[in-house]
Amino acid sequence: MSDPIMTLDGVVKRFDPRLSLGDRIAAAIGGDVETRSVQAVRDVTLAIGKGETLGLVGESGCGKSTLGRIAAGIMKPTAGTVRLAGAPVMDAAGGKLTTRIQTVFQDPFASLNPRITIGETLAEGPIAHGLVTPAKARDYAAQWLDLVGLDPSYASRYPHQFSGGQRQRVAIARALAMQPEVLVCDEPVASLDVSIQAQIVNLLLKLKRELGLTYLFISHDLGVVRHISERVAIMYLGRIVELGPTLSVYETPQHPYTQALLASVPRLVTSDADLAEFKPIAGEIPSPLAPPTGCAFHTRCPHAGPRCAVEQPGLVAPMPGRLAACHLLAGGVGKAA
Amino acid sequence: MSALLEVENLATHFFTRAGVVKAVDGVSFSVRPGQVVGLVGESGSGKSVTGYSLLGLVDPPGRVVGGSIRFEGQDLVTLPQDRLRAIRGRRISMVFQDATATLNPVLTVGEQMLLVVKAHEALSDKAGLSLALDALGRVGIPDPASRLRSYPHQLSGGMRQRVAIAIALLHRPALVIADEPTTALDVSVQAQIIHEMRELVRTSGTAVIWITHDLATVSSLADDILVMYAGRVVESGPTRTILRSPRHPYTLGLLDSVPSRNPPGVDLPQIPGSTPSLLSLPPGCPFAPRCGFATDVCREMPAVSQADGRTWRCHHPRGVAA
Repeated sequence: MSDPIMTLDGVVKRFDPRLSLGDRIAAAIGGDVETRSVQAVRDVTLAIGKGETLGLVGESGCGKSTLGRIAAGIMKPTAGTVRLAGAPVMDAAGGKLTTRIQTVFQDPFASLNPRITIGETLAEGPIAHGLVTPAKARDYAAQWLDLVGLDPSYASRYPHQFSGGQRQRVAIARALAMQPEVLVCDEPVASLDVSIQAQIVNLLLKLKRELGLTYLFISHDLGVVRHISERVAIMYLGRIVELGPTLSVYETPQHPYTQALLASVPRLVTSDADLAEFKPIAGEIPSPLAPPTGCAFHTRCPHAGPRCAVEQPGLVAPMPGRLAACHLLAGGVGKAA
Repeated sequence: MSALLEVENLATHFFTRAGVVKAVDGVSFSVRPGQVVGLVGESGSGKSVTGYSLLGLVDPPGRVVGGSIRFEGQDLVTLPQDRLRAIRGRRISMVFQDATATLNPVLTVGEQMLLVVKAHEALSDKAGLSLALDALGRVGIPDPASRLRSYPHQLSGGMRQRVAIAIALLHRPALVIADEPTTALDVSVQAQIIHEMRELVRTSGTAVIWITHDLATVSSLADDILVMYAGRVVESGPTRTILRSPRHPYTLGLLDSVPSRNPPGVDLPQIPGSTPSLLSLPPGCPFAPRCGFATDVCREMPAVSQADGRTWRCHHPRGVAA
């Protein structure tokens, strides 16, 4: 990894239930009211190198989108800090301090304002932040449309006049118009048709080459992450359980969850001989309202031992450049230390 | 073996204010007992409407305008509604993508399963619930007896989809139509359900039509696939044969753009453009405007070619000596 441009340090996010007076009274007398907090992100420390693409992978409820929002400076962490080039991205009150991190969301139907033209959508942020004057906004918007492969004349059209793939191009252009250094992409191709996914993946690769962007690429699609990311972080129940260069992690996954996840990915089988029997990982992700003690994965792990239920494993380096949080890699799963 | 289902020249059109949308236009295929057929395509390809047409579930302004659907000796297209209702849910059942929308939120799992049982069979509650218990067990639901008393919101997404599959299997149907049943689920849960479906097909002899946009999930599950584009089947045949050596340039394009088939970091081979509007299809082959092999002859609709158990609809098929 080159010098880090973005660092996340000890990031924690808890969502506390908003209880009304009635809820609290009901809870006090033993009513069925949820009073526990959702522990979405639990102590994540990460660094992203300048010009790097870091893939953030996990299943629903693992906290990857929450972590992405915190990294983008649009959600205040319960604890911990996010820094861009050494400077905090958020003030103490939760106000965003930088425009150099922008986000592309999954659903381009929900993320674009249907009532204004895409030219206006593109110019709105840059005008507000003084990146361009209103007089020059039209040319400015056209320049970014051109860069993402859309005809600049489309600036006068409304979102409903575009297909899903074109809308995602617009959403990318809007993020780029803020001239960011870091782009947080939250499942940017998940809602697109197969033939359109490749177009958007290629666009992201091209933009990175041409603009020297840094990506935090959040996805549940391990195939796309393998293609686009130099390093990958695997999340499970709010924690990073494995981190390392993408190909190395995919070839020799160290954490049992990473191993199970990679084995679960449906493979394109092209010969009957490859129709091997495969035993999928048992059970489902436990609720983040009550994550298991010790290693959060121990309830589903085929290798779990007594130590795993009581002691939370820290990230260790089983080989150079790699990190994984599993007792198997640090003293075994036997009796608790 | 003789066919369980034979669809011939099926056409389902939607008569909208903007014009006639030919969502399904001349689709033919057959399903043998116990066979798994994958219906693959992108949005707007007509794969779901094909599935709905089989069960008479197409709502106005859409309707089946042509063709026949022969199932166990009857033509479902011309069958009166009450006779169709006796087949739907009993001999042919359906699993939808969104199990949350499929299940009734104010009934327990047991209550709604009992309704489905009694819709087709005069059984006591006790006998009905024992059928339900058996069906839940077959789809890998742990502790099925207590799940009967659960409401849908108390179950995870994967468990809800298992319940929906269990309901579809209640009457041990000859055919299950599954419309993107694992698309909304996490990878690990998707793997579990595909694994369980494969077991169920093997042990019960139920035939399955698996509708999906995902070539990878269908590649290990389906015996045969039909690739659909703009309301037509552009290619069909044994799954692995097609994935190894696709004939139609569209199938080839889809396969080439799969990231795991390319070295990391390089530009993916992409199909240019986007799927055409079914309101204004170009004359001739609908894929021609996006096709790298298209020539003048593609302005005419290609006929269906057939050989070695495969079909394709293309003037310039790949891997075929000219």
